[in-house]
Amino acid sequence: MFPELNNLLNTTPDRAEQGKLTLLCDANTDGSFLVHHFLSFYLKANCKVCFVALIQSFSHYNIVGQKLGVSLTVARECGQLVFLEGLKSSVDVFFRAQAEPHPLQFLREANAENLQPLYEFVREALKPVDDGEAAWRCPVLLVDDLSVLLSLGMGAVAVLDFIHYCRATVCWERKGNIVALVHDSGDTEDEENNILLNGLSHQSHLILRAEGLATGFCRDVHGQLRILWRTPSQPTTQRDQSLTYQYKIQDKSVSFFAKGMSPAVL
Amino acid sequence: MAAVATCGTGAGSTGSVVAAGSKNHVTSFQRRGPRASGSDSSYSRLVSIAGTRPSVRNGQLLVSTGLPALDQLLGGGLAVGTVLLIEEDKYNIYSSLLFKYFLAEGIINGHTLLVASAKEDPADILQELPAPLLDDNFKKDFDEEACNHKTAESNIKMKIAWRYQLLPKMEAGPVSSSRFGHYYDASKKMPQELIEASKWHGFFFPEKSSSTLNIEPCSLTHGYIKLLQFIQNIIYEEGFDGSNPQKKQKNILRIGIQNLGSPLWGDDICCTENGNSHSLTKFLYVLRGLLRTSLSACMITMPTHLIQNKAIISRVTNLSDTVVGLESFIGSERETNPLYKDYHGLIHIRQIPRLNNLIYDVSDVKDLAFKLKRKLFTIEKTDLGYSGI
Repeated sequence: MFPELNNLLNTTPDRAEQGKLTLLCDANTDGSFLVHHFLSFYLKANCKVCFVALIQSFSHYNIVGQKLGVSLTVARECGQLVFLEGLKSSVDVFFRAQAEPHPLQFLREANAENLQPLYEFVREALKPVDDGEAAWRCPVLLVDDLSVLLSLGMGAVAVLDFIHYCRATVCWERKGNIVALVHDSGDTEDEENNILLNGLSHQSHLILRAEGLATGFCRDVHGQLRILWRTPSQPTTQRDQSLTYQYKIQDKSVSFFAKGMSPAVL
Repeated sequence: MAAVATCGTGAGSTGSVVAAGSKNHVTSFQRRGPRASGSDSSYSRLVSIAGTRPSVRNGQLLVSTGLPALDQLLGGGLAVGTVLLIEEDKYNIYSSLLFKYFLAEGIINGHTLLVASAKEDPADILQELPAPLLDDNFKKDFDEEACNHKTAESNIKMKIAWRYQLLPKMEAGPVSSSRFGHYYDASKKMPQELIEASKWHGFFFPEKSSSTLNIEPCSLTHGYIKLLQFIQNIIYEEGFDGSNPQKKQKNILRIGIQNLGSPLWGDDICCTENGNSHSLTKFLYVLRGLLRTSLSACMITMPTHLIQNKAIISRVTNLSDTVVGLESFIGSERETNPLYKDYHGLIHIRQIPRLNNLIYDVSDVKDLAFKLKRKLFTIEKTDLGYSGI
């Protein structure tokens, strides 16, 4: 986790909030550093994490996680982390018929209607342990990323339904959190993606949006992060709070600064 | 410097070193040496496969794309286990040249090749590969070129725009120390003996389209399913993924797929806007899954300028690791533009992956042009009229 981002979000691993849906979004840049942040944050907060990693391999997250101070292999072995490696499982699902329903079953089907097997997997993974032996703080579902599901043949509505079911189970029933990454395709008219993004934006409590700079590539400022706090369930008279920072990604951390205040310029 | 990578069957790594639960604390400053891990799979130690080198940044195993200038732009080379997508130029002239350089590099390094095409027979493609430039011939030619270039441009120090003189020039010559990348002579053909000595597998779609499928129809077009099965078969049979107990493979599989997405593969995304929008993206996803779990690297050329639905292009970009776009000046108004008179086209580095890392090697130079000059394919920073302001 990045300490500066924790300061901006006003949280620490000890007092992580519960029952929240956080939406990560990137436009014209790579927002995966946010995924690494939340993964290490919740592992350090002693939460049980179910990570649906559809876009990169386990070792990728593990190596970056070690730079951020968590070991995914240890977490997986002791049961704190349930890791669904999409790329590796897709090969198994695609080439060999599985005996029992696999979370990525939709890869084999021509017209998969919904993501129910994936939801069942998540529900099973975040089931509360009854023996009381290692009580984790709260369950967390982390998805990297949801736009890939659209590329694999699911409709935007099916993905929204999946998140809805997960919210009902993870956020409401078990008082946990969900963090999901969606790519913003910008001006390439990807309507399904826009439906997904808008639908999730309305349901989220916190939106972190990483954008590339409007002026193009810069070596010292890698992008801009917009943080938006929302209260989706209660209509409020006050406006949602929003902050914008620029950031630079380094080898083991990300530094944030106010717009135009990059250390390279000052 | 020994190139060490672990590629366990369960690790699914992209060929980089993983400190799999070891007791030693690995800091990022520690040079990754051979790990005495004695771990479960027989694959725990691979030392210096020909034609590969570890990345300077994170020990990632890299192979050359066949163009040393492109290797430099991609941060040293193409990472093993990843996909390089080339967006074809309009008449598929330079992208097919890049494709051939990639395959020729594989033959020179002794890698196994898998060539897939729906347009040309892979055997014919291999016959047309460019010949490698031997060191002594090449150095003579290159020195000539360098002299011409130097006398042409004046050595007067810039007085007004003197800051521009300090800008680094792009490396256009051979990197003297390594034998990692090779230069090729596009006017000569690869010697027959080298082609025959190499190990290659060809997939020519018109020949394979008649055989039956043993996967139920799943929204992938017939051609893509057959290609995936073929690739998976080769990877398993030849032991590139370490799961075959009889085969111990210490080599890289170079996969080259030509014109993916074109109507010749049976896909209609280039013909209509409401075509089968998931076939190509599903194919890329499963292909990437296969690559991540094996010692292989893949180059795909795709006619993205023909794809009608722009959303598919952005999805394809997100599903690929490295994306390079070629734009040739042939037939466009830029052909007569004096700014571009020395060049044949522009090269756009659209995406570079951040593998096992938060950061990545990105070149500062964004305006890059290429030219095919007698024998060499060079990539240079375009001047854009800075000289003599």
